[in-house]
Amino acid sequence: MPHLPSGPARVHARGWGWRHAGRKAFAVSGVDLDIAPGERVLLLGASGAGKSTLLHALAGVLGAAEEGEEQGELTVDGVPAPAARGRAGLVLQDPDGQIAMARVGDEVAFGCENLAVPRDEIWPRVHRALDDVGLDVPIDRSTAALSGGQKQRLALACILAMAPGLVLLDEPTANLDPEGVEEVREAVRRSVDRTGATLVVVEHRVSVWAELVDRVVVLSGEGGLLADGSPERVLGDADVRRRLAAAGVWVPGWHPLTGELTPSALRDTSSQDDDPQAELLSAQGLAVGRSPKTPPVVGGIDLVLRAGRAASVTGPNGAGKSTLALTLAGLLPAVGGRLEALPALARGAGTSPHRWRSSELVSRIGTVFQEPEHQFLTPRVLDELEFGPRRVARRPEKEVRALVDGLLERLRLERLAEANPFTLSGGEKRRLSVATMLATDPSLLVLDEPTFGQDALTWAELVRLLAELLEQGTSLLAVTHDEDFTNALSDTVYRVDGGRAARVEAVA
Amino acid sequence: MSVDILTPELANSVLTRANPVAKLAAALCITITLLLSVDWVSASVALACELFMLPLLGVRAGTFLRRTWPLAAAAAVAAYSTALLGAKIGPVWLQLGPAVFTEHSVLTGVAIGLRGLAVALPGVFLLFSTDPTDLADGLAQKLRLPARFVLGALAGMRLVGLLVDEWRTLGLARRARGVGSGHSPIARFKAFLGQAFALLVQAIRRATRLAIAMEARGFGGIVDGRPAPRTWARESSYSRLDAWVIVTGAGVAALSVGAAVVLGTWNVVWG
Repeated sequence: MPHLPSGPARVHARGWGWRHAGRKAFAVSGVDLDIAPGERVLLLGASGAGKSTLLHALAGVLGAAEEGEEQGELTVDGVPAPAARGRAGLVLQDPDGQIAMARVGDEVAFGCENLAVPRDEIWPRVHRALDDVGLDVPIDRSTAALSGGQKQRLALACILAMAPGLVLLDEPTANLDPEGVEEVREAVRRSVDRTGATLVVVEHRVSVWAELVDRVVVLSGEGGLLADGSPERVLGDADVRRRLAAAGVWVPGWHPLTGELTPSALRDTSSQDDDPQAELLSAQGLAVGRSPKTPPVVGGIDLVLRAGRAASVTGPNGAGKSTLALTLAGLLPAVGGRLEALPALARGAGTSPHRWRSSELVSRIGTVFQEPEHQFLTPRVLDELEFGPRRVARRPEKEVRALVDGLLERLRLERLAEANPFTLSGGEKRRLSVATMLATDPSLLVLDEPTFGQDALTWAELVRLLAELLEQGTSLLAVTHDEDFTNALSDTVYRVDGGRAARVEAVA
Repeated sequence: MSVDILTPELANSVLTRANPVAKLAAALCITITLLLSVDWVSASVALACELFMLPLLGVRAGTFLRRTWPLAAAAAVAAYSTALLGAKIGPVWLQLGPAVFTEHSVLTGVAIGLRGLAVALPGVFLLFSTDPTDLADGLAQKLRLPARFVLGALAGMRLVGLLVDEWRTLGLARRARGVGSGHSPIARFKAFLGQAFALLVQAIRRATRLAIAMEARGFGGIVDGRPAPRTWARESSYSRLDAWVIVTGAGVAALSVGAAVVLGTWNVVWG
């Protein structure tokens, strides 16, 4: 190795705070923090406590004076973070959002080039970094052809090649399936073990990182720190646990529905009645694909969705789970086999959901997409909720008002009725996207990864709401990797893998 | 799967191995020369030379036709409309009701059609034989274009691929909300505008995030008020092949002008 890492970095903060331009309140304030070289820190805090802001500040990308106001001091190795160019490397949450180059090798080399590393040194560094993260693909592989877990390991390799003294990870596993989470965590472990770099991770799924870090720091929403110490001490303290849980952090051993008690299924899923009246949608030998011209992604699917019942669809990324869900939801045409809306669902609208008019579709099947922003249509929360019942289903005005007021209250959105949907927090956006679908009262609700990246409070709220809907006779189909979600709600589980979909055992 | 415009599968041909900057220079030579005059001789000579060199691309005829037929169609349309609407000089060759085709208008139409093809083909050669990353390397290292601009554009092209996927998802997500299946053209157009705006919002968000990620990796740094020094992992270099590419481009341009001047058809557009 011609160029060795220049050693782990030290972080020092005194009375540090940051206010984004255009905001009244400080995102972070009064932070006193010293991180010794080589320490591994898990940074926790409620949504909006400023964890990402602190991380971006350490990476030196918060921006200049016109982008906000800074208080106190924050240094990396004794110099202000923006001046410590190349000392810190940052990995962000969205696997697609941080790749700049077309090929794996060029992507890893990019940071070295920017730091003016001589050409002869770049390629050994690239191979070393790819090796560290265990990404065993040809260096001319297209970056677009990687899985989510591979992309995040690539992002990690990119910063490792720059030999940073400080590795900063901003929820690097929030969008990944369980295998991807495991891959990325092990890659982080291997690389910080080798380089000895200082590590700061932000993540609200604590259990993923708890055994890899040696210190847990909890940011308080009101400024300063709420707790700071070893994982055992911080996560073992009953008071801190309670406060973390109340802030929406996924505390190990604390279930969002039952707290310290062992979780039980939220509903009785044991009775398997076969009441034909309750059958809504049936698939026989169904084949699904993104386009009728390409070969089907999944074939030979047999399933029945029933009123008041929940089904989960699981399986590895890219297996075709979303394609299946979108086909069942009437958004993609079936590419083979039979998909039939039964009388209880069709209510006179024809048997093929894909052929329904929009006004027929929204009052029968609602689909909640993974990214809430994709479904926002208007600049105001209230308009967003009124859109379906008023403009698509054309309900009487009085009915629209009653429906929307009910939803605002039930999903705790009253305070936000006038807000722009794009400015809401992640949890609020999720609640709103579900609410917009409920506004037209569909009999079947299809959800694509509804709990990805959500904090424990939003999770519990969502699960309780969906349980109520099931109680009222709505049918649910959720594409999800989230076992807690499936355990709490689902009657049946289908696993999609290798082009087939098979029913696995009903969840106890 | 996103549309992969940045990592095309290139045939292993002579032209693929040439430096993109040399190919660009050769293509510009031919294109600019042909834009100077509208006559059928220079266009036909250039087109003949280009077609003669097609095998150098190493692309199968079927693939080539499948990917370039819109160009041929556009040239045919241009030729037809020129013949139909051009000045009616010389003997009438064909008259169908109000549509009159004379010798002059038909020959001008043919010249326009051939010229369109001859002008477009060098671009096609470049496109079929060049990896965008190599082109960026060449532009920045050989032509000294600012790295910030060249690499920014390259990263932007990656976003285009992602946005194609995003457009599809947006369409489905909005259909689920009840948008976009109206039957009147106005309703469809409004739905299209709405979706385009939503895509714009997503594009800006993605671009902002990508800019932060690139900045965090030291891109666009300023040292002492100047762009920070930067190295290149892959060297963009010239070889003897590149000299041949440029000589060939200049040769094709010279030959077509020469032929037109000798035959007296050279006709500079602003002359």
